[in-house]
Amino acid sequence: MAENFKRMDGRELTEMRPIAAQVGIIPNANGSAMFQSGKTIAYAAVYGPREHHPRSQRNPKRATLRCKYNMISFSVNDRIRPGPSRRSTEISKITEWAITPVLMLEKFPGMVIDVHINIIQADAGTRCAGINAAAMAIAHAGIPMKEMVSSVSSGKLDKTLVIDLDKAEEDFEEGEGPTDIPVSMTQSGKVTHLQLDGKINKEELKEAIKMAEAACKEIHEVQKEALKNVGKLIEGGKK
Amino acid sequence: MTNRQIVIPGEIIAENTNALPGENTIKEDGKIISQKYGLAEISNELIKIIPLSGAYLPRRGNIVIGEVENIMFNGWLINFNGPETGFLSLTEVPMYVNKDGLEEVMKIGDMVIAKIWNMNRRGTDLSIKSRGLGKIEGGLIVKVNPNKVPRIIGKEGSMVNLIKDSTGCELTVGQNGFVHIRGSSIEKEILAKKAVLFIEKNSAQGGLTEDITKWFEENKN
Repeated sequence: MAENFKRMDGRELTEMRPIAAQVGIIPNANGSAMFQSGKTIAYAAVYGPREHHPRSQRNPKRATLRCKYNMISFSVNDRIRPGPSRRSTEISKITEWAITPVLMLEKFPGMVIDVHINIIQADAGTRCAGINAAAMAIAHAGIPMKEMVSSVSSGKLDKTLVIDLDKAEEDFEEGEGPTDIPVSMTQSGKVTHLQLDGKINKEELKEAIKMAEAACKEIHEVQKEALKNVGKLIEGGKK
Repeated sequence: MTNRQIVIPGEIIAENTNALPGENTIKEDGKIISQKYGLAEISNELIKIIPLSGAYLPRRGNIVIGEVENIMFNGWLINFNGPETGFLSLTEVPMYVNKDGLEEVMKIGDMVIAKIWNMNRRGTDLSIKSRGLGKIEGGLIVKVNPNKVPRIIGKEGSMVNLIKDSTGCELTVGQNGFVHIRGSSIEKEILAKKAVLFIEKNSAQGGLTEDITKWFEENKN
């Protein structure tokens, strides 16, 4: 590992961007939350459990979790075309898979829980911010859960392992280039979601997951504080 | 001795305890773990969680206030803000209704006080066969957070009776968060409505009964 590696924004290798969270920001929803990580801002709103339409998609054994991830057209510098895209469909599905393991969906057979995630401002790590916000919003909606989920992206820039990449780092082109590893974990350290884009060897991957675990603990503390103080903006992470 | 605190899902509420896990908690290796976001009531015997937010989930025996959404050939569909609509069958109406004259009894848009008498896979069945149930004629309907309904009712109905005595209005509190207020004048009804909203807003505090008594003295005229 390169010892004299400097990150573009001057952060330590294991230092996250400053994070903030707030619960109860959308009065119409049954549960809602905001999660901010650096310049990335995600809003999540939860509706339900409620009747599942269309009826043909109902699961008589358990409830369905239906996530909708959406980037607002002004969330990035170049306007993005509004509406569903291949990328947003994928991230919606990933979010469902990351959260489903902690939910007790069998308590509401034939119903649906709708989660709407909107990215107001994007600076990499939007799926992680979305999962963090969605987990808080689902808890706020009073849906039974085994544990909370926290998510962070771990990564490798050339040969150096870092945590919580931002957009400038994701576009890093020197040496081996960037490797992005978004990881979602429960507070007891069980991995519910892991993606990998780039190249990395086995030992480094283990190390990267360990770094993500430490970061998830910090995020979990902020999520906990936000849920205990509804309507208050809670800030965390190292400055 | 009971101790109250807000807990989040997965939080360990107590360790090495003999207390039993109550609603929304589980016990694992002597630890009591929360499974819902809410207010934990901790005593030496039992630990349970009272939910603070979320959608209304109907239970058998609940009194609900809903709106007639549709008329079927043998009953009415009632929307009571639950996960699905309830069905009020003709056989659960305490009078003779002509099969062609359902609309004469209740039209689409009418509000009804009903009781959930059965819930099964096919849906929720409602009844208006007991006293105090039936179509609403006049008065006000206030919507509140369904999780605050126990506070509006109070211990053994103490809070509701306090409002009834102070304003002279009749109150029916639906478990789904709708409150029906019926009084002799509109001013009295509005006073009762304000009292209900005051309780909803300040439900997190202790000693609410004294607060509401004081509030009535200030706002009575």
